[in-house]
Amino acid sequence: MASIDGALLDFKRLDRLATGDTAIHRLDPRAKVLATLVFVVTVVSFGKYEVTPLVPFLIFPVAMVALGNLPVAYVIKKIALLCPFALVVGIFNPIFDREVLVQIGSLGITGGWLSFASIVMRSILTVGAAIVLVGVTGFPGVCLALERIGMPRVFAVQLLFLYRYIFVLTDEGSRMERARKLRSLGKKMEPGIFGSLVGHLLLRTWQRAERIHMAMLARGFTGEFHTRRDTRFGGRELLFLLGWSTLFIILRFLNLSQLVGSLVTGISP
Amino acid sequence: MSHHIVEVRNLRHVYPDGTVALRDVSFRITHGESVAIIGANGAGKSTLLLHLNGFLTPTAGEIRIGDYPLTKATLPEIRRTVGMVFQDPDDQLFMPTVYDDVAFGPLNLGLSGTDVEQRVKDALEKVGAGHLQEKPPYNLSGGEKKRVAIATVLSMSPDILVMDEPTDGLDPHARRQLMALLREFSHTRIFTSHDLDMVLELCSRVIILHEGEVRGDGPPLEIFRNDELLARCRLEKPLSMQGCPVCGGKVS
Ligand SMILES: Nc1ncnc2c1ncn2[C@@H]1O[C@H](COP(=O)(O)OP(=O)(O)OP(=O)(O)O)[C@@H](O)[C@H]1O
Ligand SMILES: [Mg+2]
Repeated sequence: MASIDGALLDFKRLDRLATGDTAIHRLDPRAKVLATLVFVVTVVSFGKYEVTPLVPFLIFPVAMVALGNLPVAYVIKKIALLCPFALVVGIFNPIFDREVLVQIGSLGITGGWLSFASIVMRSILTVGAAIVLVGVTGFPGVCLALERIGMPRVFAVQLLFLYRYIFVLTDEGSRMERARKLRSLGKKMEPGIFGSLVGHLLLRTWQRAERIHMAMLARGFTGEFHTRRDTRFGGRELLFLLGWSTLFIILRFLNLSQLVGSLVTGISP
Repeated sequence: MSHHIVEVRNLRHVYPDGTVALRDVSFRITHGESVAIIGANGAGKSTLLLHLNGFLTPTAGEIRIGDYPLTKATLPEIRRTVGMVFQDPDDQLFMPTVYDDVAFGPLNLGLSGTDVEQRVKDALEKVGAGHLQEKPPYNLSGGEKKRVAIATVLSMSPDILVMDEPTDGLDPHARRQLMALLREFSHTRIFTSHDLDMVLELCSRVIILHEGEVRGDGPPLEIFRNDELLARCRLEKPLSMQGCPVCGGKVS
């Protein structure tokens, strides 16, 4: 529990990174959200066995991290935290798909391993892009952008609340865990106690969430989003969006790494 | 709304689990009054305050703020008028940084740019929390949280200030600062407190709540001299009205 709590606390840091003041931070959230969407769609549209064509796409998250002045080690840790889910999804591929697709010298790489690598690569890219997006925009900014792009306001508000309540839930959870530890004298938790703890936790979370909602209403919240910066979608945003989208599409239809590889070795594929 | 009157008539509140938190509470607070609501733990103080902003709906009775009865239609306007500081600051802070949290209200009021900045700065300055601006609220100490929570309400310039135990958890200096702030605030102030010395110093009127009923209502000196009433409601005199235990001197 303590470690999960720590990891989530760390996620709050992501929100704080969004208060930075770089050119990327100042861009209208819509430009960043749309560019990220195009990015994710192109990355996901690649074939099951494609690995190397995905590599050049790293440029997008890397460039955003660099321009947005995000802490590199932190972002990598966060990606590593979420990627095990992808491993679970892809881990059986090498077992079921044993057909050799690529022969490098005497080493044969099966389709299973290729598709596994592809899944891992794609999750690193998409998860990385999402984390970087929140890091340079902030979650409220992302919700605001989604709403302005056309998502119904109720959904956008729900999304924002969901995000907040995850933190509320972990806060309450870690407090209860601390209280239990203090009085359990190092004993393991019995199943019955665990059950009542979970029930209690949900009730407490719900009550606190309700009180936070009251506090928001008390301060004039009407379901409308405001962020610290007032931005509009101007020339720079258009340039950002079109520039990145064009690059993604070129990378999608042109296997850059293979091209570079064949130029270097002088063999055409 | 010209007159910031708060009127509560025969208010009764029963929680869903059957607890009768307020039996029958009535009072009328007029413009500019500074009123303390005191009472033992569980007397119903927080429950009462939560009604003044429409967070709890009366089981019976009526509340009027200014010229309007509190109804669904008048609620947004009333919430703009009544600034409420909750007992637990964790309920009040929800944005990623202190700045964003204090700016949340003014932004919702439709202000922008430098106006918001000014309001945030002023509010944080008033509670002595200017240096905390860029910190995340969840990393603050208890007293710091409390001060920021108060700033989030001040930044909206409410006409009526309602606070649930404002000095709870504050260090002596911050407590003094808050008391000065409350003294300066020229509109209606209503707060609950177990800090009876503060009550004595700041209030023109004290309402005693006990078991969900009003048991006393009057000027603080009058209330605090009534030993029998205080004992019945599980209260004590403010320290400054008790004899000095060190030098043995008798005051009051
Ligand atoms: N959500 C709830 N559901 C059921 N009962 C409640 C709820 N909240 C409070 N109560 C009960 O209502 C009564 C009044 O509670 P309230 O919080 O108003 O007391 P208080 O005067 O603010 O006390 P304190 O000085 O400890 O803050 C208490 O007996 C309490 O147990
Ligand atoms: Mg209370």
